[in-house]
Amino acid sequence: MNNMIAIFKKQIKDTFKNKTVLIQFVMFPVLTVVMNNVIQIEGMPKNFFVSMFAAMYVGMAPLTSISAVIAEEKEQNTLRVLLMSNVKPQEYLLGVGSYIWIACMLGASVMCAAGSYTLQESLAFLGVMAAGILTSLLLGAAIGTRSKNQMTAASVSVPVMMVFSFLPMLAMFNTGIAKVARFTYSQQVVLMLEQIDARSLRPDSISIVCGNILLFTVLFILSYKKCGLD
Amino acid sequence: MNRETKNRKAESTVTARELSFRFGTNQVLNHVSFEISEGEIFGLLGPSGAGKTTLIKLLTGQLKPDEGCAMLLGRDTRELRAAEHKQIGIMMDNFGLYDRLSVYDNLSFYADIYHVSRSRIADILKSIGLYEARNTAAARLSRGMKSRLSLARALMNDAKILFLDEPTSGLDPVTTREIHSVLGEQRKRGTTVFLTTHNMYEAEALCDHVALLSQGRILEYGAPADVRRKYNHLNRLQLTLKNGQVLSLENSSASALQIKEYLEQEAIWAIHSTEPTLETVFIELTGEKLETCADCTAI
Repeated sequence: MNNMIAIFKKQIKDTFKNKTVLIQFVMFPVLTVVMNNVIQIEGMPKNFFVSMFAAMYVGMAPLTSISAVIAEEKEQNTLRVLLMSNVKPQEYLLGVGSYIWIACMLGASVMCAAGSYTLQESLAFLGVMAAGILTSLLLGAAIGTRSKNQMTAASVSVPVMMVFSFLPMLAMFNTGIAKVARFTYSQQVVLMLEQIDARSLRPDSISIVCGNILLFTVLFILSYKKCGLD
Repeated sequence: MNRETKNRKAESTVTARELSFRFGTNQVLNHVSFEISEGEIFGLLGPSGAGKTTLIKLLTGQLKPDEGCAMLLGRDTRELRAAEHKQIGIMMDNFGLYDRLSVYDNLSFYADIYHVSRSRIADILKSIGLYEARNTAAARLSRGMKSRLSLARALMNDAKILFLDEPTSGLDPVTTREIHSVLGEQRKRGTTVFLTTHNMYEAEALCDHVALLSQGRILEYGAPADVRRKYNHLNRLQLTLKNGQVLSLENSSASALQIKEYLEQEAIWAIHSTEPTLETVFIELTGEKLETCADCTAI
């Protein structure tokens, strides 16, 4: 636990000096606040920008951040030194993972505050975001674990991130894409956030997100078994 | 009691027995055996690609040997526990520093990991000459300063054994001396040091024992002076006279009178033995050169 806290504290210091990661955490919450307050179109669904940017945030920030952090530590050899200093791989992964999850949840809280939600809706919003961010983290961790350096990580995580982030938006305009997108967690995050008004989190949405979590957990385990943190 | 005798009696801190390791079809280490006693500075000498870093990884449990076994602080390196890891300090050849964090933050992170008081950071930074640069980001440090910071991190936990992978590679003579001075201090404290180097002068100046490694095999092992004496095939004395003449004399009592005569005439500029350097020994054994740099001779 102490090692996890030390890693958590180190990540906080590092993030403020790492613009690439910092911008991931900040960009979409800021965009949400700005767009939600500036653009008012008649007939636009309530909290339209919040739902759309929240899905992009879920698909983008955790995935690219964790893959970049793990790959950078491998590339710089800091991870090897850390593991030789009595830090267990699971402590490292939990330390970094929990930090990014909390940082993203802070961003999600800003988005939630930007929308006009009741307390109950806010809790549901944060619950959906928490699950979405966790799913993205698992996928990002799998990519980071498999990558030897940041360039390899970025070459994989950027296209994957674009698929999961933009699929919900593309699904609005194309029914064919919508049929495929419904099996992705990011699309289900959008659907659940849109339906929060009706206080109905559909079981099929929840099961698809759980299925994604399971799939990415397996993917992460396979990556870890194949490459470890070396 | 001289140091070597004392070391022989001391407990073995690192033991490698018939250690072999291969990457794919490449046999990196081939039946490597040696022992390092407590408080000893041990130098593993060899060119790049000889298997030095791999050996450190095996000894610290980062890799598992294909054959043989390695013991660290009395435990098989395949089964190292937290207790052993806490007693190891490692300095890798590529530093492994957090570039965006300051010198102080790099060390404070490891102070948290090792549960060491923050006050120790200032002490170490002062001892290693980095205190003034404590707020500088690691990325902005020179190679020499990075090397010192990496060594400072290895010293954070007051380790019983230090593994230093080419600690002075590519450094200027002043920084190299500073690092040697820190290692000398560690020796006085009884810390065991395992260092890899391709710098024969460093090995001769610092190490109690050296092993010459080439293509995964240890070709020679012993105290540097013993190794050099063993390969002193000529066993002659070389006299350089003030008139520039160089004489080669037999290293025996037969030459004593001649030397005495030159001494009385105050004609001698220098007397050398034909004892080879470790570099010469290495070349004799392998036919290949250690990668020495111009600065190395200044040590």
